[in-house]
Amino acid sequence: MTFIHIGKDFVPPDVEGKVTGDAKYVEDFKPEGLVYARLLTSPLPSGRVTSIDASEALRMDGVLGVITADDLPPSSAPDDPVLASDDVTYIGQPIVAIAAISDAIAENAIDRIKIEFERRSFVTDPLESLVQFGPNAYPDGNVLRQSNSLEDENATIRGGIAEIKWPATEIEKFRNGQEPIGVDFADGWTYGDLDTAFSESTVIVEESFVTAGTPHHCMEPRSSMAYWQNGKCYFYASTQSQSAVVEPLADLLGIAPENVCMISENTGGGFGSKGRVYPTMAITGKFSQLLNRPVQLRITREEEYYLGVGRPGMQGWVKTGVRADGSVAAVDVIIISDGGPTGRNSASSSAQHLSVVYTPSAMRLRNIPVFTNTAPRGAQRGPGQNEMSAAIAPIMDKAARQLGMDRAQFRRVNAPHSESPVYENQGPITSAFMTEAIDKASEMFNWAEREAAPRQKNGRKVRGLGIGLGYHSAGGNGYDGLVRITPDGRIHLHSGVGNLGTYSYAGTARAAAEVLKCRWESCEIPRGSTDSHLPHASTQGGSNTIFTHTRSNWVAAEDAVVKLKEIAAIEFGGDAEDYSIENERVFKTKDSNQGFSYGEAAAKAIELGGRFSGEEYPDDIHSITQRAVQGIAGSGLVGVAKDNLPKRGIAPGLMISMAEVEIDLDTGKYEVIDYIGIADCGTIIHPQGLAQQINGGAVWGFGMAGSERHVYDPQNALPANIGFYQAKLPTILDVPSNMESGAVDIADPYNPAGGRGVGEPSQGSAVAAVTSAIADALGHSFNRVPVTPDMIVNFANNDEQGSTPLAINTF
Amino acid sequence: MNPKLSRRRFIKGVIYSSAAASAGAGYYLATAQVNSNAVVERLLSLNINGQTRLVDVAPTETLAFTLRNKLGLTGLKVACNRGECGACTVLLDNISNYSCSLLTHTIKQRAITTVEGLRSVDGRLSAVQQAFIEELAPQCGFCTPGQVMAATALLTANSNPSREEARQALAGNLCRCGAYDHYLNGVMRAAELLS
Repeated sequence: MTFIHIGKDFVPPDVEGKVTGDAKYVEDFKPEGLVYARLLTSPLPSGRVTSIDASEALRMDGVLGVITADDLPPSSAPDDPVLASDDVTYIGQPIVAIAAISDAIAENAIDRIKIEFERRSFVTDPLESLVQFGPNAYPDGNVLRQSNSLEDENATIRGGIAEIKWPATEIEKFRNGQEPIGVDFADGWTYGDLDTAFSESTVIVEESFVTAGTPHHCMEPRSSMAYWQNGKCYFYASTQSQSAVVEPLADLLGIAPENVCMISENTGGGFGSKGRVYPTMAITGKFSQLLNRPVQLRITREEEYYLGVGRPGMQGWVKTGVRADGSVAAVDVIIISDGGPTGRNSASSSAQHLSVVYTPSAMRLRNIPVFTNTAPRGAQRGPGQNEMSAAIAPIMDKAARQLGMDRAQFRRVNAPHSESPVYENQGPITSAFMTEAIDKASEMFNWAEREAAPRQKNGRKVRGLGIGLGYHSAGGNGYDGLVRITPDGRIHLHSGVGNLGTYSYAGTARAAAEVLKCRWESCEIPRGSTDSHLPHASTQGGSNTIFTHTRSNWVAAEDAVVKLKEIAAIEFGGDAEDYSIENERVFKTKDSNQGFSYGEAAAKAIELGGRFSGEEYPDDIHSITQRAVQGIAGSGLVGVAKDNLPKRGIAPGLMISMAEVEIDLDTGKYEVIDYIGIADCGTIIHPQGLAQQINGGAVWGFGMAGSERHVYDPQNALPANIGFYQAKLPTILDVPSNMESGAVDIADPYNPAGGRGVGEPSQGSAVAAVTSAIADALGHSFNRVPVTPDMIVNFANNDEQGSTPLAINTF
Repeated sequence: MNPKLSRRRFIKGVIYSSAAASAGAGYYLATAQVNSNAVVERLLSLNINGQTRLVDVAPTETLAFTLRNKLGLTGLKVACNRGECGACTVLLDNISNYSCSLLTHTIKQRAITTVEGLRSVDGRLSAVQQAFIEELAPQCGFCTPGQVMAATALLTANSNPSREEARQALAGNLCRCGAYDHYLNGVMRAAELLS
């Protein structure tokens, strides 16, 4: 199919504001009368608040009030409360919020609040909690019994607190790469006949692995600001969606969703951490209601590392069986997740990653989300899939080598195709063209020749080649699209998609322009505030926007086209089928003189009213979209529809990466000196945006591979990494000066625009390519991320890991 | 957060020690003798984007705070507030500086340029701004004003940098979106536009 907009670059309307400084983020809004809230946070990792005395603080000049848990709806463990009271579960957890006329007064007033605690035992390492007689993060237990599945990674985890303990002997076996026997698990799944599949295997590889938890490092902290007017809360937040957070925020504030106006024009990074309402939003909303003044709650960089969510770490064991032809027969995996205080974990999606990219005939997952008294956990770019990708790449390399098979060929043999069954239910996918992606990457990287050649050595510097695969489910359905043509001929493509900087809010709107066959210059995109009448949209996360919202824009524009033709038939006679559209006109196909412009048709739509101008709308659209349509009714021709297009199973976003690294054995430092990422993401919707996501994801992959991690002091549960330079995200000097990217560009049949997303797999494939390359260079796999210089130096000096066993939150 | 380790207490320590040092310097002491309500001259004249701006500045105020909160120049961003990330980069006499790590009282008469000051008088974007748009360099945009200023400082000093020189020049500006390759492309395109 030939497109006029899809597949072509364009200038997104918000980019100029970003280079001029005009783009506004939460802390840039300073309404008249703004006052400031600050947080008193817990100095203890675990305990209970027994008393709070804020009287001295409240007597200070300029202090306006305090909020404690008593002022908010109750919450029960293991939910992450807005303000803690009965269950304080990590250092830095908010307990009291205080508002004052200046940020400095609020900050100083915190010191005047007297607070007393009952202390409890705490734990930072999940295995130390899992071992018999080990401490528990909660008085009632140490693990989450999850009661809901997480098809939507931004959904709230539901479940209760339970206790599971393993004998010390089994913990030691598990740490050392052996299967623990006779122990309990909290959850898991299985498909296929595991025993038969292992019996068919020529090579069986059994390994342990560890991946560290990582902070999100969004450049914009999760600050928020709110004020109330006439019973309506105007809320400024840094969020991944205007619409997805409205209802949960309204719940927190105890008001109807239509009384929340969410403004989020620009979001300075989300990466999964801002996909849902963050608890501190309730403080801003509540305070501004109580004080009847605008309130800003600024979250500092340091606070981000305490109360901001992070990726859960995991410690695991995996046994993989491979047949003589290279096909993966069986994968048996155990994952112990560091669930922090909420138990949030990605064990199932980690295992699903394996089921998609290596397509084993049989699989089993057994897992336990263990609570720890560390930072709350949440979704982070490719949750589960990307850290599993990092861990499994060298292990699969080992299997390929034992078979004597080229590592790229090994991936090719197991690559998913459009009819591959995936996940625990062995369900279908919309399409996959990974064989083509692997071939394209191999050719561009010159893989076969480079892999066959001896590895370069330069004194104490060694080089290695790596290959990695990335996957994330990348497309939803069932959301709404909304377009409006006004009598001036302007075409309004309403978008409720958040603005994280992927430009997909605009890229997906171009699908509507495609259907309307209009010029891009005739279009504008109302967005950024629910008062701009935005349709129900997904969170901009989970790599789903491209697939999900090209579809929703498509169906809304199709509805508008139908109405254009019907209006023309009313005006000029005949049936709607007799009419065509072109050059922003609707006209009789056999006589183009009989027709009128989109603007004239819009004026006629207003005159006709009813469904033509939004006074009536389909029954199946979401209540958020209904309110949006009500807001624009009568102002133009309204196209609105729910995406009821067919979809078969999972829409996969897939990536392959290849990398070369050079490691200095004396310093342990390594550099990625060559990198390529190739996506299987259906039709390319926006080439520049795709390149941004592939390369940006790769930078994230380099960070996960080599530097980023949570570290906790086990004596006090204090986080040690509380700054950019400590935790540590890559700088421009940590990435190659040239990075290549591309895509196979084959349309997904379940999207009329052809695209699928790929923002998350791009990290997974990159980190895997680097861990694979490090193992190739050293002839040794650490089976963990990050691989830090001390590990490499220790290995080079025949001291494999130093003296302590690997652990999730280790030093 | 452990109160013993909090940044708040650290800053207070800096303020107290600064106050002690200031008292010893004589100037502030003399000022205090004139006006017992103030220990330091607060009304400063700053040269910002080619204009003279009078602004009331507390002794402990950072340039980032003054620009954002007193003068409404919110283009620069405060992402770390401790000299780690470069989102607050401004130019002082055409040299890039982290405004979060400068006390406004130390600026004196140096020419301050913020991202708002880069457009020409007729409203045209600077070469760096134009090139960053053409290369779609920004993603989330929060670090972008800092990247723009760092690139502007480089091209003012060296209008024809190598890619490696550009890479070094942007090394003090973090981008969590990982748009480094695209910012580099933007700098190289800006150099072409300038030539």
